[in-house]
Amino acid sequence: MDSRPSLDERAYVRGGETQTAVKILVVGHFAVGKTTFIGSISEITPLSTEERMTRAGEAVDDLKGVKGKTTTTVAMDFGRLTLSDRVVLYLFGTPGQLRFVQMWEDMARGALGALVLVDPDRLADSFAVIDLIEQYGLDYAIAVNRFDGTPVYEEAALRDALDLLDDTPVVTCDARDEKSSADALITLVRHLLDRAN
Amino acid sequence: MTTPDEQPSEAPPLVRPYVITKGRGLPDDEQLSLITLVTAADDEQRRPTRRLTPEEQGLLELCAAGYLTVAELAGHTRLPLGVVRILLSGLTEGGFVIVRPPVERASLVDARILEEVLNGLQAKFG
Repeated sequence: MDSRPSLDERAYVRGGETQTAVKILVVGHFAVGKTTFIGSISEITPLSTEERMTRAGEAVDDLKGVKGKTTTTVAMDFGRLTLSDRVVLYLFGTPGQLRFVQMWEDMARGALGALVLVDPDRLADSFAVIDLIEQYGLDYAIAVNRFDGTPVYEEAALRDALDLLDDTPVVTCDARDEKSSADALITLVRHLLDRAN
Repeated sequence: MTTPDEQPSEAPPLVRPYVITKGRGLPDDEQLSLITLVTAADDEQRRPTRRLTPEEQGLLELCAAGYLTVAELAGHTRLPLGVVRILLSGLTEGGFVIVRPPVERASLVDARILEEVLNGLQAKFG
């Protein structure tokens, strides 16, 4: 057999024999910017894995207002952040469609929490995602991804529309920006810590 | 250095998943979660009872140089996650790879880990 090219050493988990791997989900409806968010902050080029899902849902994907999204396989994108000698954080971008519930179970198991990306222009599309997150008992924060030209929103109105608990954090972020994405994650982790203590 | 793009990964779509896995079913999810860390075992720990398939050989070679998670192995090989899990399960049984499942969730452990995550993020991006 041909010898296969090996990966760059940076592809490997540094100190893998002692590292604790943890994960946070980055969730949101179709094309809300999950992949962009993960790409802006990951130390590795984001990877994608797929599961063979039924193609039955092909016709029902809501493509309204979303160009160039014709994916029929269920791919989840993920990235990695080595945070210390002890902890390596994985960010998994999860499709919000209800019919991928099996994949959700896989993703949610053992997750520290979830960051819900929201497009203020398509608020109603986030309802199902938030329902799922709550159903799996995950704590979460809302990150409003500001696209160019998205309408300015009132936080109170957004909280009302999404029926959020008073202590659920809402932040604005630009998923393309590393610092902005990191700030959203920090807000989430602070919230998770409050909940854990 | 080479990238995963250069790997000969064009074959999998031509082979149905159950052929690659020789008809084996999905292993216990807890053991091979998305973020379970995997590395190749030392030669003396291996119990070669059969010839490895090209896909198994590929996984073994990928994790020979260090630790990767189950999800990363699936990403680099472009094999479906379920297939990778089944292959890794067989490789673990044969002593070819060592797996390190993530710590179980418990609130005390969580708080400690969350603090580490928070400190890490702030140190990196703060």
